[in-house]
Amino acid sequence: MGRRVNQMSRFNITALALGLAFLYLPIVILILYSFNASRLVTVWGGWSLRWYHEFFNDRAMLDAAWMSLRVAAVSATVATLLGTLAAIGLARGERFKGRSLFSSMLYAPLVMPEVISGLSLLLLFVALNAERGFWTVTIAHTTLTMCFVTVVVQSRLASLDRSLEEAAMDLGCDPVKAFLSVTLPLIVPAIVAGWMLAFTLSLDDVVIASFTTGPGSATLPIRIYSEVRLGVKPEINAICTMVIALIAVVIVIASFASKLSSSQGKSAAPL
Amino acid sequence: MTEESPDIETPKADVAAEPATPEPPAEAIAASAPQVEPAGEPPLLRIEGVGKSFGNFRAVDRLSLDIRAGEFFALLGPSGCGKTTLLRMLAGFETPDEGRILLGGNDIAQVPPHLRPVNMMFQNYALFPHLSVRDNIAFGLKRAGMARAEIATRVAEMVSLVRLEGMEKRKPDQLSGGQKQRVALARSLARRPQVLLLDEPLAALDKKLRESTQHELMELQRRLGMTFIIVTHDQEEAMTVANRIGVMNAGRLEQVATPRDLYEAPHSRWIAEFIGDVNLFEGDAGWRQGNRLTVAIKDGDTITVGEPRQPVTKTAVCVAIRPEKVKLSRRGPVSDAANTHAINRLEGVVSDVGYLGGLTVYKVKLDSGIVVRSSMANTARLNMDGYLVGQRVVAWFTPDDCMVLEQ
Repeated sequence: MGRRVNQMSRFNITALALGLAFLYLPIVILILYSFNASRLVTVWGGWSLRWYHEFFNDRAMLDAAWMSLRVAAVSATVATLLGTLAAIGLARGERFKGRSLFSSMLYAPLVMPEVISGLSLLLLFVALNAERGFWTVTIAHTTLTMCFVTVVVQSRLASLDRSLEEAAMDLGCDPVKAFLSVTLPLIVPAIVAGWMLAFTLSLDDVVIASFTTGPGSATLPIRIYSEVRLGVKPEINAICTMVIALIAVVIVIASFASKLSSSQGKSAAPL
Repeated sequence: MTEESPDIETPKADVAAEPATPEPPAEAIAASAPQVEPAGEPPLLRIEGVGKSFGNFRAVDRLSLDIRAGEFFALLGPSGCGKTTLLRMLAGFETPDEGRILLGGNDIAQVPPHLRPVNMMFQNYALFPHLSVRDNIAFGLKRAGMARAEIATRVAEMVSLVRLEGMEKRKPDQLSGGQKQRVALARSLARRPQVLLLDEPLAALDKKLRESTQHELMELQRRLGMTFIIVTHDQEEAMTVANRIGVMNAGRLEQVATPRDLYEAPHSRWIAEFIGDVNLFEGDAGWRQGNRLTVAIKDGDTITVGEPRQPVTKTAVCVAIRPEKVKLSRRGPVSDAANTHAINRLEGVVSDVGYLGGLTVYKVKLDSGIVVRSSMANTARLNMDGYLVGQRVVAWFTPDDCMVLEQ
């Protein structure tokens, strides 16, 4: 019996290793080559931090990175605010007619092809005669990421026992205070996780950003994309490695937040 | 039980040896029932014609009820009978469509929950998972704007009341089910509510813990002199803890009475069947002799019963008798001259024996085809006198143990 369990686990380990290799081998190679001293992307020339140095002296790249971070931070914050409100409305509001229609409409952007979202936003901005730049990209990213926040927060709210709020009201809180003192502390981890998700989604989006951005305000992914078309510079590897590191940190924090949230409630937020 | 042994066959001795048999008829019990408050004093809580519908479903149907101060009142009923809706209306989570709820003379029907001087203990306890035991208990006190030092004193008092010393810093998920239940109780008592509402407070506990907790609840209620209203679907629980029980069915109160009255003098056939176990005989009310009424049951037998509380007006009646008041013997009780006609004797054959440890339940198929249940306490360990399936026996009972219910 013990032998069989052993064999099974060896099979499992192999399967897991293969799957992870498939997912992460390209990224590992990218990270390795970002420390490559050689000018040629595919030839190993020894260890070096040269390309990182290069990036920090590349004004245009730095501008694009700064732009991306600003867009991601602002759009994630606005999306978290709106998405949380929508989640509360859907999870806690009275059952109104067309409620399920509303919630599926809210989730539609999850499955909508990005090209279509991008194009429709572009048409809107053109119709409004809005100057395309930081704000148009930020608004576009807010619409993209808001529904992700809603999904995370709403599932957390749904797993919360309704009687917690009733108990708070029973003990002297008006409905608003009951929400602030009981429900909000319990959904904060989900809200944080939602913000992180929105932030990373905004950071790596190319399609919608390229539709809605204007001249002189390219985000980092757009910048990288246009550079790569002229040939891959090792500097790109260095940038990508840093972006991966940033996203990894964010994801780790988000999953900790959702674990914390699930340990306090009955079921976990989906992350 | 002595009745089972064939050598003792005088009914008088049997009746005297049967402690559960009330000597006075059922009607007398009601009058002698202990009163919690002297009658005449206005009730603490008066529910007046309260109704609540959800869509087409009438959850509570123009219900009226008075609850006195210091009472432990149980709302008992099958699921969906409206008892929880009624409790939630008392707490303020539901607003009645009609009627008034008077607490100390003030109508609170439209008052939101946070402004009512009542507190509720929730079925799943609803402890705040992000707060410690101490902060859970202090939650309502902080909202009431109590001073810090006073809160600390009150919390310590509550913690010792429910015997949770040393647990103050724990979070709810570090507590056992019984400890959570006690935290919930302490939290709902901390504000010293005029009425404490308990929604199935013991449903989540296992049987042994539930029984000991029932006694703790009663003890606590007596000590604090508070008014408790408990909702439960467990009739044993209601009977154990409550001074008075209101039995609800389909949004209405079927009967409000002490546990004993409910069992020994039910108002209706529905109550008789809902509370405990009962044998029912349908029949026609026949002649009357003194305070005895003779009922002709189907298939020829007659049963003599004590005069019911209300005069029987209809002829179609139903005779109800609890299984523990039906005795079995091999030859039947020897009748003496005084009660020749007073003892009801029904002959039949034992068709089923159910041994339950403390009790043995016999099913006797009468010659008329009706099945009568009789339960007997197993008072001796080595009981050689049990009846066997197929054995011919006499099931007998006294007229005063019978209840006459109109159909």
